[in-house]
Amino acid sequence: MAAVHVTSETFEREVLQAEVPVVIDFWAAWCGPCQMMAPLIDGLSDEVSSAKFVKINVDEEQEIAAEYGIMSIPTLVVIRDGKEVKRSVGLVSKQDVLSLLD
Amino acid sequence: MYDIIIVGAGPAGLSAAIYGQRAGKKTLVLEGKQYGGQIVMTPEIENYPGIPKTSGVEFATNLYQQALNLGAEILMEEVLEVLNEPVKSQALGIEKESGGNLTTAECRPSRKLVKTSGHIYEGKAVIIAAGATRRKLGLENEERLTGAGVSYCATCDGMFFRGKDVAVNGGGNTALEDALFLSNYCSRVYVIHRRAEFRGERRLQDALEERENVVFLLDSEITAIHGETRLESLTVRNKKTGEEQILEVSGLFVAIGQQPDSEQFRSVVSVDEQGYIIAEEDCRTSAEGIFTAGDCRTKKVRQLTTAAADGTVAALSACEYIG
Repeated sequence: MAAVHVTSETFEREVLQAEVPVVIDFWAAWCGPCQMMAPLIDGLSDEVSSAKFVKINVDEEQEIAAEYGIMSIPTLVVIRDGKEVKRSVGLVSKQDVLSLLD
Repeated sequence: MYDIIIVGAGPAGLSAAIYGQRAGKKTLVLEGKQYGGQIVMTPEIENYPGIPKTSGVEFATNLYQQALNLGAEILMEEVLEVLNEPVKSQALGIEKESGGNLTTAECRPSRKLVKTSGHIYEGKAVIIAAGATRRKLGLENEERLTGAGVSYCATCDGMFFRGKDVAVNGGGNTALEDALFLSNYCSRVYVIHRRAEFRGERRLQDALEERENVVFLLDSEITAIHGETRLESLTVRNKKTGEEQILEVSGLFVAIGQQPDSEQFRSVVSVDEQGYIIAEEDCRTSAEGIFTAGDCRTKKVRQLTTAAADGTVAALSACEYIG
């Protein structure tokens, strides 16, 4: 299924309490490369069952963005058992995203 | 086997795909990241003839759809290598039998293989349209602070610096556009350029001059980047006076030009000292049957228009080669 949009209300449940690793795609409407990443993330969400893909809009969820020190988008943050384990900044390829989950 | 294999789905590559398909050739486009190339970072395009105003993403998406609708195959796979493999000269045997003239492709001494991490594709001709990426300053802390104040995409990251002081380094259109965009949100924008005059369009310079929160630092260069967990300041040196100043900024947007993404092709085609693939307006490289188009080619003007022009010419040259 396509990547889930997460808000401050659903963050705890969807991300921190998830049983599988979660890849958070931080994005915003005015960011071109973010728009280009969207189908890539949605595609991976359909294909990969061992991890979860979610999207957080940095304009709407400024607190979460600030908590994770997001100063550049697109940024992908991988959460395992509630903790950040890896992140990547900028437009990346499908292979790059998969490597984050290794 | 494909007729034409195109490396890169940016404006040059997709233009080549359009012309290739319309000429009846089976075209494959291989793209390592996402279609569109560098233009997706541009929020406003106002100088493409025939299109008064569009965004980078919109332009790229239209181009992508157009190529797809014409039947081009576009796969998201990064090209690792292009090989020009010599084949045994059995072609000579055909000439003796038919007695007619062979096209260049039939006499071709090599076959073209394009390698990605998962596959090897074969084509009759290859067009390298791999583009370029923003050049880095090469200063200490630059990489460490990328994503923490140092950025190469004003439209992606500008909003994080609302109400803050930022700097833009560069003197061309990209730097001026970035500065203009940032001046809408930031409290102050310093535009640092090593020359006495900007290279960019007069219109952009005029627009910047009217902004009260934009400060020009010409004849200047950044000599150091400072910051612990995020960017805090820059050392800027005036090249004429030798004077140095510390500029306290939260963001630095580097727009000092680009370098070609040609690393993986240098063994098969000739490149110049900066890595641009050597080819004239006919887009023919040093290797027969391999063409190049767009920003990665040696040329004076790198714009959407010239990328589209190259794509067209490279495709038609490839068609002629294939026969």
